[in-house]
Amino acid sequence: MTDTPLLQYTLRLADTALVLGHRLSEWVGHSPVIEEDLAFGNMGLDLIGQARSLYSYAGEIEGKGRDEDALAYLRDAPEYRNILLVEQPNGDFAATMLRQLLYAAFAHPYFEALARSKDAMLAAIAAKSVKEMAYHLRHSAEWIIRLGDGTEESHRRAQESLDELWPYTAEMFETDQVEPALIEAGVAIDAASLRATWDKTLDHVLSEATLERPRDGYMQSGGRIGHHSEHLGHILSELQFLQRAYPGATW
Amino acid sequence: MSDQSWPLWEVFIRTRNGLAHRHVGSVHAVDATMALHAARDTYTRRGEGLSVWVVPSASITASDPADKDMMFEPTASKIYRHPTFYEIPDEVGHM
Repeated sequence: MTDTPLLQYTLRLADTALVLGHRLSEWVGHSPVIEEDLAFGNMGLDLIGQARSLYSYAGEIEGKGRDEDALAYLRDAPEYRNILLVEQPNGDFAATMLRQLLYAAFAHPYFEALARSKDAMLAAIAAKSVKEMAYHLRHSAEWIIRLGDGTEESHRRAQESLDELWPYTAEMFETDQVEPALIEAGVAIDAASLRATWDKTLDHVLSEATLERPRDGYMQSGGRIGHHSEHLGHILSELQFLQRAYPGATW
Repeated sequence: MSDQSWPLWEVFIRTRNGLAHRHVGSVHAVDATMALHAARDTYTRRGEGLSVWVVPSASITASDPADKDMMFEPTASKIYRHPTFYEIPDEVGHM
């Protein structure tokens, strides 16, 4: 792969936002109440908006004429660079909210830091995203507190989701050979430096929620170099169907 | 999950500085914090709001529709209460 580090870095951010946005969009029309249907729709659109900006920028960096649609609709699963957490199935309401909490508790401080990037475009996209992720964090945290500290069933479901998703959390803080030079240049964020912030947020919410923080065991990884779970293929088959079946179709 | 046991909240939104909060609708939510979230997610999606209030619907005391005649009918014959009998000089413009 000959993509420049900046292109790879931007695609990782874009793919993560798109895949999570798509996951949230799957709830639309299926949520337990209309208020949460709209909440999922809103959060999904925040993420898809972030993805659009990042894809457009990635296309610019690449300079081969690929626009946001080409990058989103015409790449196969192994070319996707999203973290594995966001492609995990929605499960029940608690599982989706927990996944959102785990990601937003990371993405909020991440974009806060990226808003100070030396790369003006990434900084601008991050500055817009940080407000969106602040709400995702607050909304998901309030829900997890109520589900965890709610009924016996809601507590059980929230704890099960937490245990199930935990092995996907470490990947958020990884750095590989794509990033050090960008971090050195003040363009990218060293995700590992956000670990303490994330831990603090999580510990606070989990304790309010009376949920038990799982022990760090074997951790899943590989999404950012294109090694995905089978779930991503299913997501893409739905997300990309129209452009694959009718290339170039527009509204 | 059923929302039958979730309390109802009335939602008020202030659109611009200087204007009062206006009633825009209602949401179901488990408590005040979540009602604010629901109000934000349901009623401010198109940049409508700068401030949101939620009030438990149960806290609102409403007039009885059956009292309509007693409550509101007597004012119908008192048109002199409307400020429409004054000539406003042109220089004043819109008040």
